[in-house]
Amino acid sequence: MITLDFLISAISLGSLYALIALGLVIVYGILKLVNFAYGELIMIAGYTLFVLSGFSSLAWLIMAIVAVIAAMATSYMTELVAFRPVRTKSLTAMLITSFAVSTLLQNAAVLIISPRARPVPLPEVFDQSVHIFGADVPVRNILIIVSTVLLLALFTLLLRKTVLGMALRAASDNFRMTRMLGVSANLVISVAFVISGFFAGVASLFWVGRAASVTPTIGGAPLLIAFVATVIGGMRSLEGAVVGGYVYGIVYSLLSLLLPQYLLDYREAFMFLIVILILLFRPEGLIRANVTPERVG
Amino acid sequence: MLVLENIQARYGAITALRGISINVQEGELVALIGVNGAGKTTTLSTIAGIMRPVQGTITFQGTSLVGRSPEVITRMGLAMVPESRDIFGSLTVEENLRLGAFVRNNNLEYRQDLKDIFGLFPILEERFNQLGGTLSGGEQQQLAIARALMSHPKLLMLDEPSLGLAPTLVDQIFELIATLHKRGVTILLVEQNVVRALDIADRVYLLNTGQVEMSGNPGQLRAHGDIEGIYLGTKKRQATKESKS
Repeated sequence: MITLDFLISAISLGSLYALIALGLVIVYGILKLVNFAYGELIMIAGYTLFVLSGFSSLAWLIMAIVAVIAAMATSYMTELVAFRPVRTKSLTAMLITSFAVSTLLQNAAVLIISPRARPVPLPEVFDQSVHIFGADVPVRNILIIVSTVLLLALFTLLLRKTVLGMALRAASDNFRMTRMLGVSANLVISVAFVISGFFAGVASLFWVGRAASVTPTIGGAPLLIAFVATVIGGMRSLEGAVVGGYVYGIVYSLLSLLLPQYLLDYREAFMFLIVILILLFRPEGLIRANVTPERVG
Repeated sequence: MLVLENIQARYGAITALRGISINVQEGELVALIGVNGAGKTTTLSTIAGIMRPVQGTITFQGTSLVGRSPEVITRMGLAMVPESRDIFGSLTVEENLRLGAFVRNNNLEYRQDLKDIFGLFPILEERFNQLGGTLSGGEQQQLAIARALMSHPKLLMLDEPSLGLAPTLVDQIFELIATLHKRGVTILLVEQNVVRALDIADRVYLLNTGQVEMSGNPGQLRAHGDIEGIYLGTKKRQATKESKS
């Protein structure tokens, strides 16, 4: 019953969710902020694709790169303009600010573009499939898996081998001590937001690719997925986010496969039931961090 | 080198420092002693930029430190080893040391500094690739001091380096502090262990309820006779302490 194309599709969904979750948790790790404006970064990348395809005849890859950069720039700007001024006030202030930024960006999209869905260009390979061991596998799924593995490897290298990466890890371990070693708080936080935007941007390419369109509220679902995945995996670690993303994606795919037809509409309910069970037995998530939570003051 | 004048600091409604004035000259080892709650750690936090004084001035080599962020103060040449040591548990010993050298950002010097550090702390060479969180208390204290030294601080602030360590390790840490002092490192030491602090310090400030109660060289403080009495502040406090124990 579990075929190769199912496996690849499940793993690709997990990969996509892992990317989405990682972008959310990189900021959470350092600021202890669940950035509710995170989904809007995915929206921004989607609209960038839509706008670029309307005004230019650039190759898709170029448009995709610009879209990812747009998400990174938006993420950086939200940190600079919205979060930095309230950062030292309170966590609640930051949380409410993130709601405000989310609403603001969504409404900007409604006003400037349209409340209705807008088409986004897709590369031709997204519609193609290849035969692997007799199975028809969409190229898009393979692309998601390959890009995720590459990005995770690159990101791991960045975190382990560069001083900036060490500073990021140190900051999510103990932010105050990191500053006391001369690492600028603004630098670490900005870098975290830019990386968060990068993951949102890349995830967006595949996310908007599923419906080939973008709407102002497109960020809602991935935000929820990222949040649930990080809760499953454990909010305190980047590994947890990745594991949570894969668990979510694979379990969700299994539910789609195993549930009888008349229950398929209730996939989400079953999914959350499983999440509740996981949390009952592992309240800290699947991956436990070895450090105690601490907040940036 | 470092001058604090009339520093007042508060935690909310509680006044922790009531006009502290101290100074540290280049090459000196100055100790702050006093009971819990006397304001020793708060004084260090205020210097390091973690707490902002409500009144008073702090100048380091002629530049004011008040209102500057901890990272800027570190870059000016002050390094702090907090009481909680604050080793990055999920980073290796090497990564902890590498971040200690963050402000220097010079790979060649980093290699040379590592050799020096291994000379002072042989255990860190053994534990080089281990996670900080797996070290014992004494090893973590050594790593915390080593990490601070990696920045080549002009002034090293040590907050209760002997806290929670076995007596033999305490000896080791104090020997190390003496060695650093001989090498010319300027040190501001917060210590509860008065006898030890008086043994190695050039000058001592005795803090009590957020004020400097007494200051001078160890000989002057010892001349007061009953060090334990001085340390505990007043006879009344001493009596309370005894009745409790």
